[in-house]
Amino acid sequence: MEFTDKHVQGLKDLLYKMADDLLIIGHRNSEWTGLGPVLEEDIAFSSMAQDKVGQSLALYEILHQLGESDPDTVAFTRNAPQFHCSQLVELPIGEYDFSLVRHFFFDHADAIRFDMLATTVVEPLQMVAKKFRGEIKYHTMHADIWMKQLGESDEAKMRIQNTINEVFPFALGMFEPSEFEAELIEAGIFDGEFALREKWLNKVVPLLESFGYTVPNAETIIPEFGGRKGQHTEHLQPLLDEMTEVFAIDPGAEW
Amino acid sequence: MNIISLDPRVTRSHIDENTQEGIANPLEHFQTYEVFEQKKRGTHHIHVGSVHAPSAEMAVIFAKEQYSRRGQCVNLWVVKTADVFATEYEDSDIFDTISDKTYREPEAYKVIDRIQAFKERQKAN
Repeated sequence: MEFTDKHVQGLKDLLYKMADDLLIIGHRNSEWTGLGPVLEEDIAFSSMAQDKVGQSLALYEILHQLGESDPDTVAFTRNAPQFHCSQLVELPIGEYDFSLVRHFFFDHADAIRFDMLATTVVEPLQMVAKKFRGEIKYHTMHADIWMKQLGESDEAKMRIQNTINEVFPFALGMFEPSEFEAELIEAGIFDGEFALREKWLNKVVPLLESFGYTVPNAETIIPEFGGRKGQHTEHLQPLLDEMTEVFAIDPGAEW
Repeated sequence: MNIISLDPRVTRSHIDENTQEGIANPLEHFQTYEVFEQKKRGTHHIHVGSVHAPSAEMAVIFAKEQYSRRGQCVNLWVVKTADVFATEYEDSDIFDTISDKTYREPEAYKVIDRIQAFKERQKAN
């Protein structure tokens, strides 16, 4: 089917929110490099953070093909209100339990989103979705095993449970609908945030329960929306300032 | 005085330079697992190193990033280091071969010419 302007706008909106989520969580998680709880985990978590940045690049490249600026410009010259990431990914890394719970919630959503996009009509996006399948699978395995492991000791379990309760409204904020949901579904680009949210709940709730945690009722929680529309917490701009510090010294530099 | 570091993350954490917090004590770490990597199905798993981990499942997760991040791998094994039973180095003389037993080694047999001839015939067919 022929894409109208609204379809293209919707596709760009989808790509921006995915890419921005990945870039920002990649940057956040890389803040653990050198500070991880054990060397092996430090390496694994840092490596996954790099994967995220790599995945964001692939999506910024598709945006570039659609007429947006090149990936470096898009990643390094925008201010917070121009970012479409969810508020979940911009929150500071906190203690390790926070970063792990966020990783668990985010990566399951990311995995399902890419899985849904493996059949999108947008060919370059379909290829990207297939390319990163194995990488993302490892990320969810890593998250699952940590959640399971920490559920086996009383103190850790209590901390993770408190963090789940605290993070959950932000996690639901990932599924903030865009104004193009109907167009994306109609054109076969993406099945939409609602479908994604349902699949995600069907995945993460039974999994966490099997590890002994309880999950707040998604129907009674008010999600932390706003991020997709450029409304961010006070934490995003300082992150961007730090991330772009070197780039800003000489934006025209050849690397 | 707080620690001032080139790493901005350390500086902004406001850590007192005399802190005793977060200093690990001996034996306050996980056990180790030995890691074996298989590069292709059907080939042997080769020992590539070890990881610290609280469980075998976690050891596999760590091993993947430590040892199989790049290059080919189709399968990983992990085994608790404590479960590996080993010979003593002082007994390493049991591995010495005695020179007059070469008749027990395949090199002693002059079959290579016949093998070559066989291969040639196979090729010719």
